[in-house]
Amino acid sequence: MNERIAAVEIVDLSFSYPDGHPALRQVHLTVAPGERVALVGPNGAGKSTLLLQLNGILRGQGHVRIHGLEVAEENIRRIRALVGLVFQDPDDQLFSPTVYEDVAFGPIYMGLPLPEIQERVQRSLAQVGMADYAQRTPHHLSVGEKKRVALATVLSMDATVLALDEPSAGLDPRARGRLIRLLKTLPQTLLVSSHDLHLVEALCPRMVIMQDGRIVADGDSARMLHDEELLARHCLSEDSCE
Amino acid sequence: MHANFIDPFHARDSLLHHVDPRVKLVLAVAFILTTALLPPAAWPGYILVFALILAVAIASALGPFFAIKRAFLVLPFVLAALPVLFTTPGEPWLHVPLGRWALTITAAGLARFASIALKSWLSMQAGILLAASTPFPQLLMAMRALRVPRLLVGVFGLMWRYLFVLADEALRLMRAREARSAALAGAGGSSVLWRAKVTGYMAGSLFLRGYERSERIYDAMLARGYDGEVRTLPLPPMARSDKAALLVGLAIVGSILALEIWVG
Amino acid sequence: MHIAPSTFGGAIEPAMHIPDGFMSPAVSIILWIAAIAGVGYALWRVNRELDERKMPLMGVLAAAIFAGQMLNFAVTGGTSGHLMGAALATILLGPWASIVVMTAVVSIQALLFQDGGLLALGANLVNMALVGSFVSYAVYRIMQRLVGTRRWGALVSGFVAAWLSIVAAALFVGLQLALSGTSPASLALPAMGGIHLLIGLGEGLITVGALALIAATRPDLLGATGGARGGSNRGVVLAGLAIALLLAVISPIASGNPDGLEWVAEQLNFLDAAQDPAYNLVPDYVFPGVANEKAATIAAGVLGVLIVFGVALFSGRLGRRKDAVG
Repeated sequence: MNERIAAVEIVDLSFSYPDGHPALRQVHLTVAPGERVALVGPNGAGKSTLLLQLNGILRGQGHVRIHGLEVAEENIRRIRALVGLVFQDPDDQLFSPTVYEDVAFGPIYMGLPLPEIQERVQRSLAQVGMADYAQRTPHHLSVGEKKRVALATVLSMDATVLALDEPSAGLDPRARGRLIRLLKTLPQTLLVSSHDLHLVEALCPRMVIMQDGRIVADGDSARMLHDEELLARHCLSEDSCE
Repeated sequence: MHANFIDPFHARDSLLHHVDPRVKLVLAVAFILTTALLPPAAWPGYILVFALILAVAIASALGPFFAIKRAFLVLPFVLAALPVLFTTPGEPWLHVPLGRWALTITAAGLARFASIALKSWLSMQAGILLAASTPFPQLLMAMRALRVPRLLVGVFGLMWRYLFVLADEALRLMRAREARSAALAGAGGSSVLWRAKVTGYMAGSLFLRGYERSERIYDAMLARGYDGEVRTLPLPPMARSDKAALLVGLAIVGSILALEIWVG
Repeated sequence: MHIAPSTFGGAIEPAMHIPDGFMSPAVSIILWIAAIAGVGYALWRVNRELDERKMPLMGVLAAAIFAGQMLNFAVTGGTSGHLMGAALATILLGPWASIVVMTAVVSIQALLFQDGGLLALGANLVNMALVGSFVSYAVYRIMQRLVGTRRWGALVSGFVAAWLSIVAAALFVGLQLALSGTSPASLALPAMGGIHLLIGLGEGLITVGALALIAATRPDLLGATGGARGGSNRGVVLAGLAIALLLAVISPIASGNPDGLEWVAEQLNFLDAAQDPAYNLVPDYVFPGVANEKAATIAAGVLGVLIVFGVALFSGRLGRRKDAVG
C-alpha cells in the first residue's frame, strides 16, 4: 500500500437509522496506515454505528474510503476483505460449530484455494495463541479465549484495518492484559471503540471522543486522558453529565 | 450456570471415537433398520443384535452399561404398545379379572409386546452411542456427505451453536422466576393460568433475544463476506480403514438379518 | 447425566416423539419419503424468497424453540405443559420457514437426545414439522378471518392454532401407531386425541403469552397482518384444512370401526414380510444342525458372546498398545 494514502478516510459522513434517529452527524476522520486510534464516548454516541460503516454493513451519506477505495456496492467484496470487524459479543462473531470453521469462514467466502485457507487458519490461530483449540466448539471457551478466536476470524482474511468494538468488555484483568499485549503486536491499523480508558491508554496513542453522533475531540491519548475537565465535559468521568 | 451439560458427546480415546462420522451415521441407521426388519419374537436375531451393540459399546470405552442404562428412557413410550398384549390373537396366557370384565393376555401378544420394547431399547442404544462418540460438527459433516441440503445443514449448525447460548438464557430466566415465585409464596396467586402466562412470557423473550441475536449474527456474517450462498470446506477424504469398517459393519448387520430370516 | 429437554423436571410429557421400534418399517419408510418431499419443498420455497437473512434467523430461532422447550410449568399431578413451538414459529416466520425450523428442532432432538428415533424421524418430521406448521397456518388464517387481525384477534387465533396443531400432530401419531399394528385405532386415536386436547391447552397458553410479549415489545415482528407472513399462501391454508378435515373424518370412523385401518395395517405388514425374498428362497434346513428355534437361539447366544468377547479383547489390546506408545 502507498504510505501516503490514508488507511481510513471518512468525509462528511451522516447516518440515520430507519426509525429516523440520527446516529452520525458530519463525521470527518482520517487514520494513517498502522495507526492505533481509540473511539471513546458515552453509550449511544455513535461509536458502534461508525465501525459498521467501515465495511458497508451500514451506509450513510458522505464518503468512507479504505486505502483510497470507496465503500460502495461495486467494491464491497474487496472492502470486506480489507476491514476486519470484530463485534462486541464474541457469541455473535463466532457463529460456526467449531473454531476452525469459524476462522475459515472469511477465507472460504474470499474464494481462496483450500491449501491457502488451511495455512491462513493455522497461522491466525497461532498468532492469537489458540492453535490447540481448532476443533473445539466456541461454547466450551472462556470469554477471553472467545475474544482471541474472534480476532483470528478477521486475521485469517488478512485484513489491513481492524475495527474492534469493545474488545475488553467482560474480561477479567488477566485476560484483558493478555489481549492488550496481543493487540500491541499487530501491525494493522486499529480502530478500537471502548469504555475502557486503561486499555485506551495502553494501546492507542491517539484518541477520538464522540458524543451525539459527532466527533468532539481528537488528539493525543496520554494528554486527553489526564484532562479531567475535558473528560467531564464529554460524560467520560463517573459523576459527569448527571 | 452453563448449559454445556446438554452436549451428549463424551470425549474418549476409543476405537469407536476414531471411526469416520460418515461410517458411524450410516451404520447406526443400518443397525436400526435391521432391528426394525427383524420379525416379532425373533429371539436369536435380538440376541445377535444385542451382542453387536454391546460390542460397539465396549469399543466406545464409555463402559458397557452406558447406553443400556440411558436407553431405558424409552420406557414411558412403551405404554403405547400395551394394547398388543390383549389384541394379538393367540393362546391365552393370563387372565386379568377386572370386576365384571376380564382382560386376556395372549402368549403371542406378550411376545409381540416384548419384541416392540426390545427393538426400541436396542435401537435407542445405537443412537446414544452415535451421539456420545461423535462431536456434533462431525455429524454435520456426515450429513453433508449424505447429501442433506446445505441450507438445512447450515441451519442445524447454527441451531446447535446457539442452543447453548439460548439454553443459558433459559436457565437464567428460570432461576429468576424461581427467585420471584419464592418471594410470592405467601400471596398464593399462582394459578395454572398464571404459570402458563409467565412461561409464555419467558418463551417470548427467548424468541425476541434469538431474533435480535440473529440480526447481529447476520451482520457478523456479512462483514466476513457472506453473500447468501452457503459455502463450506470440502469433505475430507475417507481413510481406507474407515471404508473397510463400513463394509464390515454392513456385512455384519446384513448377515444377522439374513441368518434370522433363513433360520427363523 | 443424560438430559433431554423434555425430561427436565422429570414430569410426564406428551408422547409426541415416536421412538424406533414402534412403527413397521413400511410405515416408517413411507413417512420418510413424505417428510423428504415436504421439507425439500419448504427449503426450495425458503430459498426462492431470496432473503439472505433467513439462515441465521431460522438457525437461532430453532435454538430458541429448543431452549423454550426447557421451560415447563406444572399443571397438576406430575404433568406439565411445555412448548412444541410449531404454531409460534409459523405465526412469526410463515409456514415454510417454520417447517425448516421445526425440522432442525425435531432432527437434533432425535440425533442428540434420542428424543424420537432415527428411523422414526420421518414420521416425527411429518407430525411436528409438516402437520404442525400446516395446521397452525390454516387455523391461524381462518381464525383471523373470524376474529380480526388486531392484537386480540392475533392472540385468540394464536391460541386456537397452537392448540389444534398439537391435537392434529397427536392424532397423526395415533394413526401411525395404528397403521403399524402397534396400537389399535379404537384405542390409539381417542387416547392420543383426548390427552392432547388437554396438553394442547398448555401449548395454546404458552404461545399466547409469547405472542403477547412480542406484540408489546416488537409489534413490527408480527407485521401489519398480525403475524403469519406471506399472506398469499392459499395452498398452505388448503393443505392445513385438508389435514384437519381428514383427521376429523378419519379419526371417529377409524376408532369406531377399527377393521378398516387394521386391514391397511395388515397389508402394510404383509409388505414388510414380503419385501425380503430371502424368506422363501431358502428352506428350513439351510444350517444343518440348527434345525429348530431353540437351537437357533442358543447358537445366537454363543455367537453373541463370541462377538462381545472378541471386541473386548481387541479394544483392550488396542488400549494397552496406546498406553505403551504414549
